[in-house]
Amino acid sequence: MRDARLAGGLRLGLRLGLRLGLGLCVGLWATLAAALEVENRKVYPGTTDRTLSIVSTADLEVFEPYIQRFQQSHPELTVDYTVASSVELYRAIRDGAAFDLAISSAMDLQLKLANDGLAQSHRSDRTDALPDWARWRDLIFAFTAEPAVVVMSSRALDGAPPPATRQELITLLRDNPERFRNAIGTYDVRDSGLGYLFATQEARSTDAYWRLSEIMGRLSPELYCCSGQMVDAVISGRLSLAYNVLGSYAAQRMAQEDRRDIEIVQMQDFANLMLRTAIIPATATQTTAAGALIDMLLELGLRETPGDWPLPPLSQGTSDFGPIRLGPALMVYLDPFNRRAFLAEWENALVQDIVIEP
Amino acid sequence: MIARLSIGHRLTVLLAGVAALLSLLSWWMVSELARQAAARSQDNVLAASATTIAETIRSEQGEVRLELPYSALSMLGAISEDRVFYKVVAGERVLTGYDDLPVPTDAATGARVAFETGQYSGEAIRMASVRRTVLAGAGPVPVVVTVAQTLSGVDAVSGQLSRLAAALSLAFFLVAVGLSVFAARASLRPLNAFAQAVSRRGPSDLRPLRRDAPPELAPLRGALNRLMDRLGQSIRRSEDFIAEAAHRVRTPLATVRAQAEIALRSAESEESRQRLRRIIRAVDESSRSAGQLLDHATVAYRAEDLARDRIDLGELVAQAAAALEPTATMKDIAFHIATSQARVVGDAVLLESALGNVLDNAVKYSPDETTVHIAVSAEEGVARITVTDEGPGLGEGPIETLTERFRRGGNTEGVVGSGLGLTIAADVLAAHGGRLDLRNAAEGGGACVTLVLPAD
Amino acid sequence: MRFLLVEDNGELAEAVSNRLALDGHAVDHAGSLAEAEHCLAATSYDLILLDVMLPDGDGRDFLARSRAHLETPVIVLTARARVTDRVGALDQGADDYITKPFDFSELEARVRAVLRRRGGSARNEIPLGEALFDPMSGTLRAGGESVTLRNRETRLLEVFARHPGQTFSKGQLLDRLFSFDAEVTENAIEVYVGRLRRRIGPLGLRIETVRGLGYRLETAPA
Repeated sequence: MRDARLAGGLRLGLRLGLRLGLGLCVGLWATLAAALEVENRKVYPGTTDRTLSIVSTADLEVFEPYIQRFQQSHPELTVDYTVASSVELYRAIRDGAAFDLAISSAMDLQLKLANDGLAQSHRSDRTDALPDWARWRDLIFAFTAEPAVVVMSSRALDGAPPPATRQELITLLRDNPERFRNAIGTYDVRDSGLGYLFATQEARSTDAYWRLSEIMGRLSPELYCCSGQMVDAVISGRLSLAYNVLGSYAAQRMAQEDRRDIEIVQMQDFANLMLRTAIIPATATQTTAAGALIDMLLELGLRETPGDWPLPPLSQGTSDFGPIRLGPALMVYLDPFNRRAFLAEWENALVQDIVIEP
Repeated sequence: MIARLSIGHRLTVLLAGVAALLSLLSWWMVSELARQAAARSQDNVLAASATTIAETIRSEQGEVRLELPYSALSMLGAISEDRVFYKVVAGERVLTGYDDLPVPTDAATGARVAFETGQYSGEAIRMASVRRTVLAGAGPVPVVVTVAQTLSGVDAVSGQLSRLAAALSLAFFLVAVGLSVFAARASLRPLNAFAQAVSRRGPSDLRPLRRDAPPELAPLRGALNRLMDRLGQSIRRSEDFIAEAAHRVRTPLATVRAQAEIALRSAESEESRQRLRRIIRAVDESSRSAGQLLDHATVAYRAEDLARDRIDLGELVAQAAAALEPTATMKDIAFHIATSQARVVGDAVLLESALGNVLDNAVKYSPDETTVHIAVSAEEGVARITVTDEGPGLGEGPIETLTERFRRGGNTEGVVGSGLGLTIAADVLAAHGGRLDLRNAAEGGGACVTLVLPAD
Repeated sequence: MRFLLVEDNGELAEAVSNRLALDGHAVDHAGSLAEAEHCLAATSYDLILLDVMLPDGDGRDFLARSRAHLETPVIVLTARARVTDRVGALDQGADDYITKPFDFSELEARVRAVLRRRGGSARNEIPLGEALFDPMSGTLRAGGESVTLRNRETRLLEVFARHPGQTFSKGQLLDRLFSFDAEVTENAIEVYVGRLRRRIGPLGLRIETVRGLGYRLETAPA
């Protein structure tokens, strides 16, 4: 699953922008990227011209079943679905782009939008049924819980059992550098909103993160913008190990490819659990329809069994470590000072020799 | 208006009013305290958050540096779902945070944290500012850290507590109203018991009340006792007066009558004898009238509150006949009494008086050597005493009017009477729920008077 | 008969005494309860006429006090005419009561009734020639024969018996026999005289008509 599939030419500028500071440097952003960078877009016509416009980080093929189901109960609505990266999405809503619904995997950015008054409140029986950790102030609602996992090829393990903790992974990498040199993939947190969220939360939760980053940095890792590309690289054999990949996407891809020689490992010492969230932007006009779609997503999010839906339900959120908490604390790492400090440390550890995906 | 409201209602309303006032007061106090407590705890967290941030401020190569600790915002997220804003200003320059966030006008100094409530992003916010001075570049730079949070959490907490307090106050009020009703009844119980003790008394029971009463009722009891004492004295005095008056009048009348009779013995001329006879008859008439007037007054007085004796009508008839027998014997009039079992409940003195008047009439209007028939019967809940004489009957006029006061029948020539006898009898029977039936006997033309009473 | 009259009003007492004396009764007068006690201690009486209101007490209280040892019948004279007072007198132990002012013939009737109830404690039979007349019971006896007279007949005979040889006019007899509340003609006297003649004739007693004057009892056989 790709959270930010950006066109290569613009990536450098975007990275610069991120380095200058997210959110609070809107003015600079506007000059650098005047228009929303759309990765994909599709209009699902309804019986009338009334259009519900959605901006989302989820790929078309992932979200299409949801739109189809929604249009069964609301056939009169035309749905205009736009796919963008989480950072782009955040920027667009901040700039006042007219969307009726914003769905993103970057919880921190979504929460900041809500905190800064850029979201409208919505309340219904469905939202009342949500557990407290899955919503904030009737402004932001989680409808999936998706864990971060490690994907690695069995070949790289050479018969050994897959590592269960970061310490075991560190030992594996330290003991077998030849197997993993130039064969490790992870998020470029400077690029990816979700990657940055995973990295900051992991750094906050376990000190093994920095040691692991340092080991990986020594093995010249490849940095990616998106989970999808990392998983594809493992499947194609280019990578032996992809660290911090969205588990649901990895599982789906493995099932598609029917590859038994690739392991999906969830770390036992700590694992991030991301909540995919929806907000109704302050600029939304079709708020009723947006609320109805949120209610439908929450209904699916609260289902007991995974079923055939591409995205997992919230019941994953009850795992050992719990989901990343929705709350103002998420904004801490978005502060320019913190971001600057974190990226500096991250680069020290990981980008000893910057390798950019060709 | 309020004077006519019952004491019980007045007490209840007053107590309930006090309870309502106390309920409102306690609700307001609890709400206010809850609001203050919630606001204070928010202030404490805001102050802690700002202080936590301020403690990371340092100088690096002449630049002011800081980190935003995770806990600084997570502690705010922990107390409520309020929106959080922050801003760090070094000198005139905004280092980080929300540029346009207002800061408390009352600037923070040293260890003191400044608080203020204001508006931001369309909502009311509470701000806390902490000030630190950092040596950077040319000299010391004052750095002010402001953390702000919206107030919906505080409002929610205090609103919730206020609603809870309102519910509790309402419950308190309802319980208090219930207790007020109970208290009012309980405190009026002695008064009611007192009133019942008074109203249970018989008409002539004027003994002082000895009943125990609360001190508040003692004056009422005293006043009642004094009133009854005075009333008793007054009744006794007027009774004595009437008796005395009767005595004073009747004794000389008796003398006159006795002297007249003596004179009659020695009177030679028929003319003077006739005159003496008239004197005697006038004396008889006046004494009889006086007696019946007294009787009538007694009936009127006693009829208002009848004694309830169980009376055997057979015995009543026997006694009344015995009392009149000497008078009847003078005319060789015999009483023929036929009794069957009949009982009534009533005032023996009054019924005897009624029957006596009827019998007296019968004897008076009967010719010599005749019989007065008295029959007692009871059937279907009705008891009857029928007195039939062999006299001239009740005459031609409307019979009903005979019981009117001072009315005498058409056939009363030469008989002394005031006309009150049947009136007294009719009044007594009416007071007992009965009636006096008057008619002429079917044969022989005598009067037939029936006393009708509800049987026991 | 011998009466004790207890009455504080002197005039009334005198009038009553005189009136009873006319009928041949002996009357002692006591002006107070103390005097009455005195008289009772000295003599025995056939009957006591007791006034209620006396200077040294209530006659009824005296009655209640002395009823236990006093066998003499008592008729209460009362000026109190209320029903309750009259009933009260009987409850206190009086044999009868009579309200002032009273008809002497009624008083006599009551006295007779009381004495009859008491079993005739005093028998005052009057000899009339061969016969004995008991005015209380109205019986007349001579030899083996006995006649019981009716009330008016008894009283008519008594009038003649108490005054032997005296002639009574019809008017005088009328006043003695009939109470004053009834209008009776002198013809009634003729009727009663006729009746009495028939009743007492067989016993040798005659009532003679004295032309122009009235009637007289004749005890000697003609």
